[in-house]
Amino acid sequence: MTALSDASENAPPTDATAPIHAARRRERLTGFVLRSVSIICFFALWYAASFLNAHVWKLFNPVLLPPPQEVLAAAVELTKSGELPRDIAASLSRVVEGFLVAAMLGVAIGTIVGRSRRIEQLLEPPLELLRPIPPLAFLPVLVLWFGIGEMSKVIFIAYAAFFPIYTTTCEGIKYVDVLLIRAAQTLGASEREIFRHVVLPAATPSIITGLRVGFAQCLFVIVAAEFLAADSGLGYLINDARSFFLMSHMLLGAAVIGLIGFVFNSLLRRLEAYILRWRVDARGN
Amino acid sequence: MKSKIRIEGVSKAFDAQVVLDRITLEIGEDTLTCLLGPSGCGKSTLLSMVAGFVQPSRGRVVVDGIEVTKPSADRGIVFQDYALFPWRTALENIEFGPMIRRLPRRERRDVAAHYLAMVGLEAHADKFPGQLSGGMKQRVAIARAIANRPSVLLMDEPFGALDAQTREQLQEEMLRIRQLERNTILFVTHSISEALFLADRIVVMATLPGAVKQVFEVPLAFPRDRMSPQFLGLERMIKALVREEVLKLGVN
Repeated sequence: MTALSDASENAPPTDATAPIHAARRRERLTGFVLRSVSIICFFALWYAASFLNAHVWKLFNPVLLPPPQEVLAAAVELTKSGELPRDIAASLSRVVEGFLVAAMLGVAIGTIVGRSRRIEQLLEPPLELLRPIPPLAFLPVLVLWFGIGEMSKVIFIAYAAFFPIYTTTCEGIKYVDVLLIRAAQTLGASEREIFRHVVLPAATPSIITGLRVGFAQCLFVIVAAEFLAADSGLGYLINDARSFFLMSHMLLGAAVIGLIGFVFNSLLRRLEAYILRWRVDARGN
Repeated sequence: MKSKIRIEGVSKAFDAQVVLDRITLEIGEDTLTCLLGPSGCGKSTLLSMVAGFVQPSRGRVVVDGIEVTKPSADRGIVFQDYALFPWRTALENIEFGPMIRRLPRRERRDVAAHYLAMVGLEAHADKFPGQLSGGMKQRVAIARAIANRPSVLLMDEPFGALDAQTREQLQEEMLRIRQLERNTILFVTHSISEALFLADRIVVMATLPGAVKQVFEVPLAFPRDRMSPQFLGLERMIKALVREEVLKLGVN
């Protein structure tokens, strides 16, 4: 850091940053253009591959790679018939329910374990034993235990999302800067007040990261759960289309899941940016 | 002079190593005392014991007639690394103590605004620490500590992380704030000129193990001129004392 004169120490730093803002705006515009070009190229290549195969090269059965507009037509058709909205609603409600259960348990248990070494010693071994097992390994078992209804799927999703949320919460709580705790102690804060006003806010960035990863995990496993035992949902849509060789429906199911993931991740990021505005601001954005 | 802090035969050992050996000191009300010594002399450990973060292995620390066993709001502290809550704005950081004391919302805003103005940062009330310079952060930290009206103020190398110019500016600020607030201050530093500029009394610490080497009153009136012959003479004298201790550490 350079030496600060009285004036520069107290002057609002915004004046000098105006050109930086302009540069950043340009940078953002360039980024937007590049990203748009990339998306357009993706669909163009897909279209070209499908078209050339069907009419010029004839390398494989054209049914295997329908062009993008056929997937779009499938979307319109299934929306009209009410099938697609029903499947989206079914998958989303399972994901949201499972996620909420995982969020509550993950944050609560992560907090308790992060706070107490004794409880950590007591709970950590079985959790560490279970964690490396891919959740999918338990899916058949859960279906036998809880049936093929909603229950088994919600539990499965909650189980899959629990670990990232638990782990990051626990780490966040454990590694709060001891200096901040000391500062709060000398300002008169009790244990409970320190937890509420220092530990929790300090762990919030970790907790939010865990929630985001956990949510992604939910979307990751929902399809598999619906392959195995469901009569609705996007996974069911894909699996059902497979039986009838409806390529465009299968791709549509995958595309919708991708879209849902994208939308939710953007929403969560926006929420994160708001809650952690102190951190974003520190980066100067 | 009324005694405010009494350090009574305090020793501290970590494992087998004795960090502090039988320190006895008395610190009077409304005085600024500097603990001066090279790194490793245990001055920060001593301060931590007055704060109540660390317990002495032997002896005890008494503040306002009560033995120190844990941190409390009577003993405010300013750390070298600021320790501001990054998710709270400058104003909200200063409000923390009054909030814990359960002052009504309006009142605690007023208290915080008053102390923010005292350190000259009223224009930055709504900034987060990440948006402030080091000097500004330390001003907020000082305001946060004194806004809680502690009985004694402990400062652990508070200006050690700042560039030279900001540091001198904050030293002057410290003297001005002292005039306004009349605090008892225990100030840890390894800077001889800082100690001479600020302190009523300087405790030069010995190393290996940490102990009191020499205590003396600074015979200069405020404000002090860092360039005056008396100031420079005292600086030279203390430098010689401190050098003996640095040599003991075996560096070089």
